[in-house]
Amino acid sequence: MGRKREVLDDDKPKKGPGRKTKKQPAPSFKGLLGDDSPKKLSHKQKQRQKKREEKQAQKALVGAKRKATAVSNSRPSKKPKLLFDSDGDEDENLRSSDSEEEQMQDEYSEDDVLSDSEDKVVEQQNTEKSKKNEKATSSTITQKTKKQGKGGAKNKQAEVAASDSEDDDVKESDSDNDDDDDEDEDDSDEEMNVEKASQKMLKKHKQDEILAQEELMLNIRSQEKCVLPSGQEIEREAELPPDMAILDNRISHIRFVLGEFSKRREEGRSRKEYLDQLIRDLCARFNYNEFLMERLLELFPREIMDFIEANEYPRPVTIRTNTLKTRRRDLGPMLIDRGVNVEPMARWSGVGLTVFDTKVPLGATPEYLAGHYMLQGGASFLPVMALAPQERERVLDMCAAPGGKSSYIAALMKNTGLLWSNDANRERCKAIVSNLHRLGVINSLVTNYDGRAMKKVFHSFDRVLLDAPCSGTGVISKDEAVKINKDEKDILRCSHLQKELLLSAIDCCNANSKTGGYIVYSTCSIMVEENEWVVDYAIKKRNVKLVPCGLDFGKQGFVNFQQHRFHPSLHLARRFYPHTHNLDGFFVAKLYKFSNKIPGEENTKDKAEENGEDVAKSEDSETKGNNAAKVDIHQTKKQESEKKTPSIVKKKPLNKDTATNTPSNPKKKEKKKSIPDTNHIQSGKIGDGKMKKAGFLKKKGFKNKKKGKK
Amino acid sequence: MRPLTEEETNTFFEKLSKYIGENIKLLIDRQDGSYCFRLHKDRVYYMSEEQLKIGSSAAGESLLSIGSCFGKFTKSGKFHLHVTALDYLAPYAKHKVWLKPSAEQQFLYGHHIMKSGLGRLTEDTEQYQGVIVYNMNDLPLGFGVAAKSTQACRNCDPMTIVVFHQADTGQYIRDEDTLT
Repeated sequence: MGRKREVLDDDKPKKGPGRKTKKQPAPSFKGLLGDDSPKKLSHKQKQRQKKREEKQAQKALVGAKRKATAVSNSRPSKKPKLLFDSDGDEDENLRSSDSEEEQMQDEYSEDDVLSDSEDKVVEQQNTEKSKKNEKATSSTITQKTKKQGKGGAKNKQAEVAASDSEDDDVKESDSDNDDDDDEDEDDSDEEMNVEKASQKMLKKHKQDEILAQEELMLNIRSQEKCVLPSGQEIEREAELPPDMAILDNRISHIRFVLGEFSKRREEGRSRKEYLDQLIRDLCARFNYNEFLMERLLELFPREIMDFIEANEYPRPVTIRTNTLKTRRRDLGPMLIDRGVNVEPMARWSGVGLTVFDTKVPLGATPEYLAGHYMLQGGASFLPVMALAPQERERVLDMCAAPGGKSSYIAALMKNTGLLWSNDANRERCKAIVSNLHRLGVINSLVTNYDGRAMKKVFHSFDRVLLDAPCSGTGVISKDEAVKINKDEKDILRCSHLQKELLLSAIDCCNANSKTGGYIVYSTCSIMVEENEWVVDYAIKKRNVKLVPCGLDFGKQGFVNFQQHRFHPSLHLARRFYPHTHNLDGFFVAKLYKFSNKIPGEENTKDKAEENGEDVAKSEDSETKGNNAAKVDIHQTKKQESEKKTPSIVKKKPLNKDTATNTPSNPKKKEKKKSIPDTNHIQSGKIGDGKMKKAGFLKKKGFKNKKKGKK
Repeated sequence: MRPLTEEETNTFFEKLSKYIGENIKLLIDRQDGSYCFRLHKDRVYYMSEEQLKIGSSAAGESLLSIGSCFGKFTKSGKFHLHVTALDYLAPYAKHKVWLKPSAEQQFLYGHHIMKSGLGRLTEDTEQYQGVIVYNMNDLPLGFGVAAKSTQACRNCDPMTIVVFHQADTGQYIRDEDTLT
């Protein structure tokens, strides 16, 4: 007890800072903690209260958990270890919880001894026992109580320390102890409530379980009961809107039965009946027409569900870096800065980027407009990679719109040589022109011919890419309409057109080319009629053979399919499916043309073969007389090609142009001595390969300079 | 497809020289092969010798584009540069304008450039001089004509037009049909 101030001192004026400058305690709000006791709680008490509340919540949770484990005896068992359900890290927790419990029990008992109220001890112990059980059921609880135990220990220490200090402090600690007791009492009361609640929940849970079991049995029974509907039932079903649950159920059942038909089938039902029903159900469930579904089922007897489900979701958005203008490692960070989340696409592509999400429209960023990248599906990289165009070649892209593959070809050729992009649709050709200009392709030539007439226009290409128009059965995820609007006729019509186009593409290719002579045929269809059948037809009709695509993944083409028996080399073709490769359904075949002769047309073709070696000659002969030999070109196209003669005549005044200086490659000059209108070439300077290379480097230099500024 | 006449060549080169000055020479006398300009359906195309040779086998009506399109002659005989010429103009550009990121989008939608959107400007740009427009990352966005000289730009209102818009890369999307 220290000295006390004398009362008289009040009269004296106070020294130091005034009352108002005293540091005020933080404002306290009553009832904020949910505690409406009039007594103000100390900090520790508040903490304890908080813990208590948490514990209660935990207990309620544990109660629910216990019910979930469906332990039948609600009576607390003596062995907590048995109750411990195998949620995870059992052993360690078990051991630690045991030791902690013992420790805690000691502490608690000590606390009790310190407290003055004797009668509460029993109750406390009871609650402890029940607590113990609960602790055992969940490790989290143990941790909680452990904390409290520690708190208790602290309390005790404080008390010991305080015991020999002043009276006030002792009183305080007493009141503290009282508080503890009160809390414990509260605990037990609440625990009773919790137990009641838990029992209630247990009951409810049991009921739920019984119901669930019944439902399960019902489901199983319905599955077992699942029989093929008879004719009348089918008719009745057709009238009603389809019930997805029933359909799903029946689809999985039929697939199960078909998995091991002889064992699992219903007596007296044929495989055909099962298959028909499966097709009907799949059609109703996923909105396909029966023809297409039948075909798909032939293609994917096992994986049909994977395929159909893959068609319900779009493929990832991919972009192709335009290597003519930028590099992938420059483009990626630039796009990320714009808020586009991109990542390099796949191991097999060095220029593709996958877009996960984007904040800006991908087709309108300044980078897109400047031609740094092209929005392009991953599958459309494949035919170009198979084509593998080389620098300074002449390459034809026969069905080019909208120019994605064309621009990739130009990028691989590094803007050298010639890229002839053709498309039959004039409107779509505009997109090619726009895209090629945007992407900075300068070696291009865009025309609008029917692909079947191309060989009359020019036919000395080193490589030809034919990405034929098709039924689009590989890209159902892009265009849902394919599901319904395709039938047998459409497929055969496509197939017919593709055969004509492929023959034309082969005719356009020059077998005597030093570096090339390759034709790549691709479609975004997965139908055998549009793929293997077409290639097989071409192998029969022309001097071509299949060569490996250079793509190390994808499934092999079919050699045998249903009634078809194709050329054995067709296994070299590649098929890509949405469900296996996460690409659009695609077919790629690479052909090598080993002779310009056309089998079966030997006598007429003799001339043509000679011509095949010489570009200019063949050009001439084509316009002169060779037309008569070939029958399959439209009349109108003939007229068009006849127009060409005047166009050549027109070319003669070229040399007058002030802007042209026309050196030519001496190599080529040798080859094309007979070009009638090359006087402007001969008058030109000499430009050999070396100079070309130097110039190319210089051109590169410009680009570097441009980049250097950045 | 035919070579340009004397008159056409003059008009065309005059226009081109507004943007790249005497660098036109570099377009014609190239070390890496011979290149030339040809007129096809009122449009001027720039192409290599081989393209010209092979392209002439395509009939006029079916040939949509060959090489790069520089622009077109109007019916009244004037020449309009297209945005497709940007790839050739940008590397040789004499006078340049850099845009602030905020004004970038405005320009790409076809608006003129205000003083407020101007990031940088080449010194000694005269009035009505052809300028190439870049963004701050040195990405060419298009081209236009300086509405004011560099000097006049220094002390003018932020809302005055500094560069008249002529072509921008947004036209690849907006005017896809008229580019050919």
